[in-house]
Amino acid sequence: MEKDNRIMIPLGPQHPALEEPESFNLLLEGERIAAASVLIGYNHRGMEKAAESRTYVQNIYLLERICGICSHSHSTCYVQTVEALAGAEVPRRALYLRALIGELERIHSHLLWLGIAGHEIGFLSLFMYAWRDREIVMDTLEMLTGNRINYGMNAIGGVRRDITPEQAQKVLEAVDALQARTEYYEKAVLGEETVAQRLIGVGKLLKEDALRLDAAGPVLRASGVARDIRKDDPNGIYPELDFNVITDTHADVFGRTVVRVLELMESYKMIRQIIQQMPEGPIAVKVPARIPAGEAFMRYEAPRGEDVHYTRSNGTDKPDRVKVRAPTLANSAAIAHMLEGGYLADAPIVIAAIDPCFSCTDRSVRVVDARSGEEKLFDWEGLRKYSVAWYAKQGVDLSAASMRLRGD
Amino acid sequence: MWLALFQIVIFPGFLFLGALSLVFEYVDRKLYARMQNRIGPPWYQPLADIVKLLSKETIVPCDADSHLFGAIPVFALAATCAAFLYIPIWSINSLMPFDSDLIVVLYFLTIPTLTYFLAGWFSSSLFAELGAIRAMTQLFAYEVPLYMALLGPALLAGTWSISGITAFYHQNPALLLVNIPALLVSIVTAQGKLERAPFDIPDAETEIVGGTFTEYSGRLLAMFKMTLNTELVVVAALISAIFFPLFIGGSAVVGFLLFLVKLLVVVFLLTLMRAALARFRMDQMVNFCWKVLAPVALAQILIDLIVKGALL
Repeated sequence: MEKDNRIMIPLGPQHPALEEPESFNLLLEGERIAAASVLIGYNHRGMEKAAESRTYVQNIYLLERICGICSHSHSTCYVQTVEALAGAEVPRRALYLRALIGELERIHSHLLWLGIAGHEIGFLSLFMYAWRDREIVMDTLEMLTGNRINYGMNAIGGVRRDITPEQAQKVLEAVDALQARTEYYEKAVLGEETVAQRLIGVGKLLKEDALRLDAAGPVLRASGVARDIRKDDPNGIYPELDFNVITDTHADVFGRTVVRVLELMESYKMIRQIIQQMPEGPIAVKVPARIPAGEAFMRYEAPRGEDVHYTRSNGTDKPDRVKVRAPTLANSAAIAHMLEGGYLADAPIVIAAIDPCFSCTDRSVRVVDARSGEEKLFDWEGLRKYSVAWYAKQGVDLSAASMRLRGD
Repeated sequence: MWLALFQIVIFPGFLFLGALSLVFEYVDRKLYARMQNRIGPPWYQPLADIVKLLSKETIVPCDADSHLFGAIPVFALAATCAAFLYIPIWSINSLMPFDSDLIVVLYFLTIPTLTYFLAGWFSSSLFAELGAIRAMTQLFAYEVPLYMALLGPALLAGTWSISGITAFYHQNPALLLVNIPALLVSIVTAQGKLERAPFDIPDAETEIVGGTFTEYSGRLLAMFKMTLNTELVVVAALISAIFFPLFIGGSAVVGFLLFLVKLLVVVFLLTLMRAALARFRMDQMVNFCWKVLAPVALAQILIDLIVKGALL
């Protein structure tokens, strides 16, 4: 029999390269990755279920906490579904303010990513610089909303805070400073020889593969597909803004870096337009607590890609069903494809290049039997049935009680 | 005999070298931090780190050979300390000079890398084994250009003794300019020897966690950390002895201060490199060492031979 000199190396669920618990099993032949598997599901937080027992207003705060980075994206997408259900006419100033926070959020997300990318390729100086400059946008967000993340800006029917002309002036100053820094990165980082060597040709994802594996956001755009919800299916005031969808043909990690850095430039441009064009007027309309029955579906271009929210209403003040698909889920199918054939040394940057946010993604519980290694996916109903049966075996019959509690 | 013992244990041997290595770890970390726009650690941080590690529990993996696991760090530290005895500090002569001690120092400096390999290999951990293999692969890449870069100046001086090389260039300082390519090669390869960015591949934390030292903790890890620090000082001292043997031969105090200044210059260059570059991949590192550094070092040897021929 041929000697098998391949070794399986686990990357995660706990690993210095990952910010969140997620498991990647890499089959190595020397330093090369022969096969890779991606296991998500360590972070189920039951948010969708929790949303069903809260009112629409409470859910803004719950769903904003799906993600610490793209919090505004999730809350905006959610309130858009609710406003569509209620038929609310949101004031234009509110839409401008939402877009302003949304673009500032994109800047802080992309700068954060740039720093992480530096960390993953062992370029700690870039990490320190990018995160220092990220403080500028964080301070700006704090000045506008009172918080560095989880801004609490959205309300159903508008936004909660207005901005003053002085604040707008400060935003413009911050954007000027950030633009100068980003131009420096564009020159210094993308032109740096060791960085280029580590990024070019790494984690290839060709256009057809990107489409087949359903990639989203900067990953897709770096493969040469000009898909951006802000242009393709715009909501809010995005049709009134003049900006370009950045694409790149490298189709590798370098391309993803280029796309993100250039998108920063587009965001600066958009913020200047937003401040300039922002109309006077009210910032919110009143929306009744009870939302008419129906269902709504909204897409939003989060910093990491397309974010999708679905809300179904049954005419009460609580939603019947809320479904969220975070952009990382769309991109995680492509990870295994990008890893295979690459080097172990490139695995961290390839995974990081989709800008993963696994905690935002997980929607189901994966159960692995420690003895047999058997794996099983549970949905909510399955898990409930399993627990009832398990307790019945212990002599506790809860099925009748739970029926009563649910009222069905 | 008592003098020799004093020299080995206290000055300029183990204790002095240990203190010096902590100072230079501080210098390295502080410079690195300032280059990254951070404040950096206070001056006592390296010492505090060592004290903390010494007070921590030492865990030996069940599958590891406990004797070997414990002995390897001692070997590593002893080898770097021994190497220091043959490098001139404030005078032309080192503490215990003898003919061809350059070869012995290079041998001593190879031992830590070999111990990193053994440490990783005997840790019986996946990440440590990968780190061990990487440390070994890297050794084959940088060792040849590094040795060739040090060989050139030695050929020109016509001696294998570091003290002899120092004495030769002290008399003919103009000839130092001939060795500039070798200086560049040795500084780059020293970064590989010391396993620092961009050649920190054996302990690339984002890929293989702690690399070679994944399973090490407590006292044993402290010993490895001290080895890495003393290695930095010894390599910097070796580079400064061979490439900047200037202004020595005066009083001991001035000579010693100059020694510190030279070390600072070398450490500054090493730190600058660490801050400015991203980590290479293993294959890129091997390619770079063999295709760029080795030919440059080879050319240096040719230049040295030609200059020597012209002088005679």
